[in-house]
Amino acid sequence: MFYEPKQECLSNNEKRALQSERLIDTVKRVYENVAPYRAKMDQAGVKPSDIRGIEDIVKLPFTTKKDLRENYPFGMFASPQKDIIRIHASSGTTGKLTVVGYSKADIDLWARCCARGLAAVGATQESVLHVAYGYGLFTGGLGMHYGGELMGLTVVPVSSGNTARQLTLLKDFKADGICCTPSYAVFLADELIKAGFSAKDLNLKWGLFGAEPWTDEMRREIEEKLGLKAYDIYGLSEISGPGVASECEFQRGSHIWDDYFYPEIIDIDTLQPLPIGERGELVFTTLTKEGMPLIRYRTRDITALDDSPCPCGRTGVRLNRIKGRSDDMLIIRGVNVFPSQIESAIINSDERISTHYHIVVDRINNLDTMEIMVELRDDAQIDQIKEIEDIKKKLTSDITSAIGISANVRLVSGGSITRSEGKAKRVTDNRKY
Amino acid sequence: MLVNQIAVFLENRSGRIAEFSRVLSDAGVNIQAMSIADTEEYGILRAITDDNEKSINALRKNGFNASSTDLVGFSVEDKPGEMFKVLDILEKAKINIGYLYSFAKSSKKSAVILIKVDDNEGTASILAQNGINLVDQDIL
Repeated sequence: MFYEPKQECLSNNEKRALQSERLIDTVKRVYENVAPYRAKMDQAGVKPSDIRGIEDIVKLPFTTKKDLRENYPFGMFASPQKDIIRIHASSGTTGKLTVVGYSKADIDLWARCCARGLAAVGATQESVLHVAYGYGLFTGGLGMHYGGELMGLTVVPVSSGNTARQLTLLKDFKADGICCTPSYAVFLADELIKAGFSAKDLNLKWGLFGAEPWTDEMRREIEEKLGLKAYDIYGLSEISGPGVASECEFQRGSHIWDDYFYPEIIDIDTLQPLPIGERGELVFTTLTKEGMPLIRYRTRDITALDDSPCPCGRTGVRLNRIKGRSDDMLIIRGVNVFPSQIESAIINSDERISTHYHIVVDRINNLDTMEIMVELRDDAQIDQIKEIEDIKKKLTSDITSAIGISANVRLVSGGSITRSEGKAKRVTDNRKY
Repeated sequence: MLVNQIAVFLENRSGRIAEFSRVLSDAGVNIQAMSIADTEEYGILRAITDDNEKSINALRKNGFNASSTDLVGFSVEDKPGEMFKVLDILEKAKINIGYLYSFAKSSKKSAVILIKVDDNEGTASILAQNGINLVDQDIL
């Protein structure tokens, strides 16, 4: 099934011509409208006229999350405010949000990409889609919602949380498809079984899971427990949201909608482009976005591309599974968390605690857990249990407000966290990808 | 007229109290009184030793969080009603006790009670006015 068969199956020549034409326009547009891009290009000695085709993309400077942060909130927008119809945001380092602005055309493009992903897994106008991604600043919920509506599905905007109600609605509304984070899908499946039901009580046939890295083992578990086929969907809010890439029925990696988002893989040390098939950092250039176009944006996701033909007929180059990050960002229950956010909460919380901490991330009963061990200062004046409980309570709430999700805080004696030579190892991630 | 104690933060896991006493033993310090408050995760060990400063240095060197606090101490006769008499005075004076512990030396016919209060001086003077026998570090 295709949503836009012609565009999804462009020949190599057609695609390169389209990508070239769109890149030339985008570069012109950002050079004229976005001061930080103009400054970067001037510094690199590149003019818009130097970009004559998609192969010239390597001449352009990279864009990073730091650029977005330094131009917070709207400094990277290429459209006047009157043309921006939506803002989304995700958490970034130092607690500052990464803000994305969308024009009407951007929202429409995003919805079409999500619709392509839905069609690719077998959704039709008859299908009921249960959207259990969070709705709000997070792009997951609204992205899939608009995609589903555009295709004419019956969309159930459940959002995240309240598992008991999710199960009731899945049974009663007979959803054909579901989308949420893969870890939540496993959690939901286990709750279903705990409540005395099984996949037979549901009508699910397919699910689109993304917003965090997952494994083939998880895929098999979700498929078995929920009685559906589980597909990977990739996206990030900076580029638009979910649906930058999506798997087809053959489950051989996610097809990037590369008529809109041009992917490159670069070596993280030399920053040079790598040949297709080699693993490195994924970089995206948006080819038609108006509100906030991004040029060679470093996603920090580590993966490889695959351009071998896919039996489905789509020509979008495929993304292998994400194998980690080139920075220290953690994705916990679908939420981006930077250790530096936790660190600044620790530093400002109480003078009796030190700056030595260690974060342990795990996946227990298929839900991400985070424990943060923090050392007390050697000379902390503490002689009552209540003082410890108060320090812990305040620190827990400071961390929750800094990162937006809850963590289990444990105070430990000074010196009990292993000191490392050189760069401190702040995080132990016991989850398996 | 105050009694100085050490307070040590402990994670509630096996071997921590043994480790605490090993450190003081190696430092040649004698423990004279001790009490522990604990929850599922944490404990606070409070103790009086014959050299609190030396104890704190040794403990900090060995990865313990240790600090010192002054307590009000008084001795009572070793018979029924003696402790109530003092607590009743404090209650009437609206003095709140953070925690309390006591010890008795076999060579003496009295017990020593130590209390943590917000206002050491004020508490000590009220007790003295009521004829309670305050003690200092030397009693140990």
